[in-house]
Amino acid sequence: MIEVVSADRCIRCDICERICPAFVFDRDETGLPVIARQDDCQTCFLCEIYCPTDALYVAEQADGPTGITEPDVLERDLFGAYARALGWNRGRAGGTRNDPTRHIRVAQV
Amino acid sequence: MASRRKEQSPEEGRLIETDVLVVGGGPAAGWAALSAAEAGARVVLADKGYHGTSGATAPSNTGTWCVPPGEGRAASVEQRFKRTAGLADRRWMLRAADQAYENLQKLVEWGYPFPSEEDGSLYIANLRGPDYMRFLRQRVQKAGVTILDHHPILELLGDDNHVAGAAGLARRNGASFQVLAGAVVLATGGCAFFERILGGTGLTGDGYLFAAEAGASLSGMEFTGKYTLAPHGSSLNKGLPFRWATFYGANGEVLRNARGEPVTNGIGGGERQVAEALLAGPVHARLDLAEPAMQDWLRRGQPNCFQPYERMGINPFTDLFRVDLKYEGTVRGTGGIRIVSSDCGTGIAGLYAAGDAASRENVTGGISGGGAINASWAIASGWWAGHGAARHAHRRQGRDGSRLRPLGTTALRGGTAGPAVDLAAAARTVHDEIAPLDKSYWRTSATLEASERTLEDIWSRLNRAPPATGIERLQAREVAAVTASARWTVAAATLRTESRGVHRRRDFPGESEVQASRIIVSGLDRVTAVRETLALETAQEG
Ligand SMILES: Cc1cc2nc3c(=O)[nH]c(=O)nc-3n(C[C@H](O)[C@H](O)[C@H](O)COP(=O)(O)OP(=O)(O)OC[C@H]3O[C@@H](n4cnc5c(N)ncnc54)[C@H](O)[C@@H]3O)c2cc1C
Repeated sequence: MIEVVSADRCIRCDICERICPAFVFDRDETGLPVIARQDDCQTCFLCEIYCPTDALYVAEQADGPTGITEPDVLERDLFGAYARALGWNRGRAGGTRNDPTRHIRVAQV
Repeated sequence: MASRRKEQSPEEGRLIETDVLVVGGGPAAGWAALSAAEAGARVVLADKGYHGTSGATAPSNTGTWCVPPGEGRAASVEQRFKRTAGLADRRWMLRAADQAYENLQKLVEWGYPFPSEEDGSLYIANLRGPDYMRFLRQRVQKAGVTILDHHPILELLGDDNHVAGAAGLARRNGASFQVLAGAVVLATGGCAFFERILGGTGLTGDGYLFAAEAGASLSGMEFTGKYTLAPHGSSLNKGLPFRWATFYGANGEVLRNARGEPVTNGIGGGERQVAEALLAGPVHARLDLAEPAMQDWLRRGQPNCFQPYERMGINPFTDLFRVDLKYEGTVRGTGGIRIVSSDCGTGIAGLYAAGDAASRENVTGGISGGGAINASWAIASGWWAGHGAARHAHRRQGRDGSRLRPLGTTALRGGTAGPAVDLAAAARTVHDEIAPLDKSYWRTSATLEASERTLEDIWSRLNRAPPATGIERLQAREVAAVTASARWTVAAATLRTESRGVHRRRDFPGESEVQASRIIVSGLDRVTAVRETLALETAQEG
């Protein structure tokens, strides 16, 4: 579930708060997103790819937090990992043209 | 460049009038909204989440059932039909293939960035969830549809035998709102029974509850014994990579089938053995059958599947990792609101259903529609329901809505005599009656009877509790909807004393020819399950 909001990277837009399908975020008086309803997070990783500055990190465990911290995420270069894999960039969609899934589906049968 | 939008707090008691209200925000809702708008209707789309990221498609990567017109189509239907446990309907399969194909072509026209085949033609049989749903939202906006994000519907509004709107709340502050509409499309998705699967949090069967409260029936609720593999503890119930997996016991030794061969292919022959092994203890997997080229395609084509591994710091092609079978209820199972007309009407005037909110038996029978059929069904049924609703709204124009009343019951009104219910605890109890492998992968009359008792108790406690207020109404209604869905599931599974499709009875392991018909469930305080063949005969005699 969502575990890290980087105050350094965050530009205080309101995108994550608006697009989170599970309505997990509130924002504090400075506009920084706060994880207000962490247990509602559905671990879909979509806030990460919509974030224009790769400021969010969703850990892989869906049932509870892992305790990972911002320095760990930085050191392991995990900020923006899903966006890079998809071909999304700065919150903008991209990469479907290079999707090789057709090869998988052919081989699947 | 950081811009802070002005916070606007939704006001209490907002009233919106429209022709068509679409409830939901997944692909079925998007296509229904586009379709109704194309037919000339004013459309409001109200989503519990954000239309574009909510639902089961947005975080996934859906393959479609994409069959071009021509001679091959009938053959493709015939081939699929053989796998539907005898309960699909070829005419519906054909028209769904046709409508889905037509709408995939619309995506091409609108400029959705499909990948190309080697010969330069577009490959349109796969829709990457985040991109597809973002694109669809933009089209819906362009079509002039009013989108209400984070505005879950709590109940329908209607008069005798007619639905004409719905009421809900704004998640920001719990404010109530109402939409008066000429017709309503329920595109609320399936019921994931509080299992933490991709996109599943908001999928609590709300539409089933709304439809039942309006007097509609459901069908296929016993075909909910559907599970998919996922890395342990994750949300990633995506089966495709497990096609290339070998499975291992807790001691690291490879699992073997009855013939002594290693258990492989977790989305095919291996699934049942993995399920059996999971009853005994932890199971591990490794995607060791994927050649280097396949490894590359999997990583680039299914990037969401690899997020858990990357974050855990493991390489699934070389390392062993622990797996779960995640319960998927009616998201990859097939049950839902019973469809009675070609425009996806529910039998209640003004009320239509599309996507996973509807039973998918017409197109996939008693097996899972995951992997291709469901995505195409969401497109096609959304389109039909949108047109049906727009036509209905047009006919109803000028009718007076003053006799409308709210149709919601459990958790909203009545009650008061009993103690308040701990909703989180109730949610866990219901989940645990339905999600474990020994409750829904294999069923027996004993487990079903025990579940029925527990679920009846929760249902009656929910009904006696004081009505929920404010923002709490959302969770209260979700718990009510999941509990109701579980009761319908148990009732249908109890009546079907055979194994068929994704309904497996340990006490009735074989298929019974005389039970090759659908099971219809209905009712709230008194749940009834009847065979469709008998219901039709009675109707004819009556
Ligand atoms: C991991 C995964 C992979 C899948 N892969 C495939 C595949 O490859 N091929 C395939 O055919 N199918 C696949 N499926 C199934 C497919 O995703 C669904 O069939 C499809 O999403 C159904 O679309 P829908 O619009 O009916 O429901 P959903 O996409 O689930 O959307 C339901 C919507 O209803 C909203 N909602 C719920 N309750 C309310 C309420 N009370 N008020 C307002 N809104 C509400 C939700 O917020 C959501 O927007 C997959 C499913 C999963 C989970």
